[in-house]
Amino acid sequence: MTVKLGVPSKGRLMEKTFDWFADRGLRLTKTGSDREYAGAVAGLDGLELVLLSAGEIPRDLALGRVHLGVTGSDLVRDKLANWDQRVAELAPMGFGGADLVIAVPQMWVDVDTLDDLDAAAAAFRARHGFRLRIATKYHRLVREFLRDNGVADYALVDSQGATEGTVKNETAEAVADITSTGETLRANGLKVLSDGLIHASQATLFKSRRAPWTDADRAVLARLESLLGL
Amino acid sequence: MIPAAARTEAARLMDLFTAAGAVPVEAAILQPADILLDLYGEDIRARAYVTHDPLRGEMMLRPDFTVPVVQMHMESRADPARYAYSGEVFRRQEVDETRPAEYLQVGYEVFDGQTPARADAEVFAIIAKGLEGVAVRPATGDIGILTAAVQGLRTTDARKAALLRHIWRPRRFRALLDRFGGRVPTPPSRLALLSIDNPLIGAGPEIGLRGLDEVAARIAALHDDAAAPPISAEEIDLLDAILSLRETMPHVLSELRDIGVDMPALSSATARLAERMEALSRQGVDVEHLEFEGNYGRTSLEYYDGFVFGFYPEGRPDLSPVATGGRYDALTRVLGQGRAVPAVGGVIRPEMVVALRGQS
Repeated sequence: MTVKLGVPSKGRLMEKTFDWFADRGLRLTKTGSDREYAGAVAGLDGLELVLLSAGEIPRDLALGRVHLGVTGSDLVRDKLANWDQRVAELAPMGFGGADLVIAVPQMWVDVDTLDDLDAAAAAFRARHGFRLRIATKYHRLVREFLRDNGVADYALVDSQGATEGTVKNETAEAVADITSTGETLRANGLKVLSDGLIHASQATLFKSRRAPWTDADRAVLARLESLLGL
Repeated sequence: MIPAAARTEAARLMDLFTAAGAVPVEAAILQPADILLDLYGEDIRARAYVTHDPLRGEMMLRPDFTVPVVQMHMESRADPARYAYSGEVFRRQEVDETRPAEYLQVGYEVFDGQTPARADAEVFAIIAKGLEGVAVRPATGDIGILTAAVQGLRTTDARKAALLRHIWRPRRFRALLDRFGGRVPTPPSRLALLSIDNPLIGAGPEIGLRGLDEVAARIAALHDDAAAPPISAEEIDLLDAILSLRETMPHVLSELRDIGVDMPALSSATARLAERMEALSRQGVDVEHLEFEGNYGRTSLEYYDGFVFGFYPEGRPDLSPVATGGRYDALTRVLGQGRAVPAVGGVIRPEMVVALRGQS
């Protein structure tokens, strides 16, 4: 049996992940042609590299299809109910940082806090006859955040991309989206609420609590942890 | 899977409810999602299964029978009317995997505009009767008392409306109360906004459906609010006293009468509680030992707006209630497009009844 490590299969996230492990003495490589999603690990016996879509790694961890996985902490929280019972955070990796925030039009000078957003939503609903729409792809995280903060009279509308443009297109009144510098939000006439940070995300090494961990697997994990200095 | 014993129990409860004069009714399992979403907001998505088809759009697996039964009643316009129903409801579980996603509900609903106190008592008593021989502890409350207390505050209508809107969100309610009472400082961003003469100048591109006029209207409302005196500490103490009530019904009644000396607006809600207590007593309910909590019913979905009750497994506070119910006049107003019918109802969960009987 081997311990399966799920890593994003392409792009900067994959490169940064490879670099992060390389810095700690573990060489991950993509094998075969550039288009093939197969990989190898040098530096630790019993560890197998599995290249996966970043968005699917949370589910594979939760189902125990991989023992370990690298993905954004936002994705794990959004996609997994009771995420901390299904996976454990082994190490924040210090890259892929982005904040999930609530943003509203800059012209809403009366709205700076969630308290303001809630009041604006009540007035908006009374005026327009429907709930204030917030475009996002992080439905669960946003809903839980707004519920915990007692915001009412809103509706989430799904937006899988170009979310910042939804306000201009009048398919939403506000957005909840990932941003690293806030530049795209500003360029689209939006501003972040002062208490609108839902989650500060970064690439994180997770361990599955549901995967079949044999004694041999645990020994591999222990060697990996000492290698990574955890 | 619903065990056969639960189906038998459901049939027994249906017999009890129909023998009391309720007309048996059915409701579709697939309900249009838009009505439920508009009523309950996004929170319902966390609790109900949403699915969709290309023609009808979003549909929801019925999370309860209340909405379809109310809709059906609003079309029939009978008054008074009693209905009974039995069937599966579906609840999405995001937190506790041990809770069932599918279970039976057997319900009894009364639409009666003439004698609300008697209708409240009738529903409570028949649910209690359905649970005879099961080790349960009843809890009761009354959202109407809290509503009356808020309406009786000596403050602006806008503040009252904001508080009433958040009765079902205790944290936000508390935050608003703290702010209206001057117990927390005004956020710096608001102070800055209120100190500028024309804050809309250079505010940024005009985008989205919420127009500049709406922004200006809210700024005006914020100015009004800043000019209004804080809600007095005495009044906030009275609200806190109501929220922390936890006694038997007769004791609560006498405490509410004491509080009413300083808050006359409570009198009609207190009178309704007294009337209900008498009606309960006439139904044979032991009101001397019936618990009442000032805070009860505030964390469920926001449709109960008067009498609320639940029956909990004795000694097992970790379990869900075996039965719940309450008055939902406001819901009928929303679904009846302005035409309201006073309504009260309750549901029993047969699986839990069977399980509790098996333990004793």
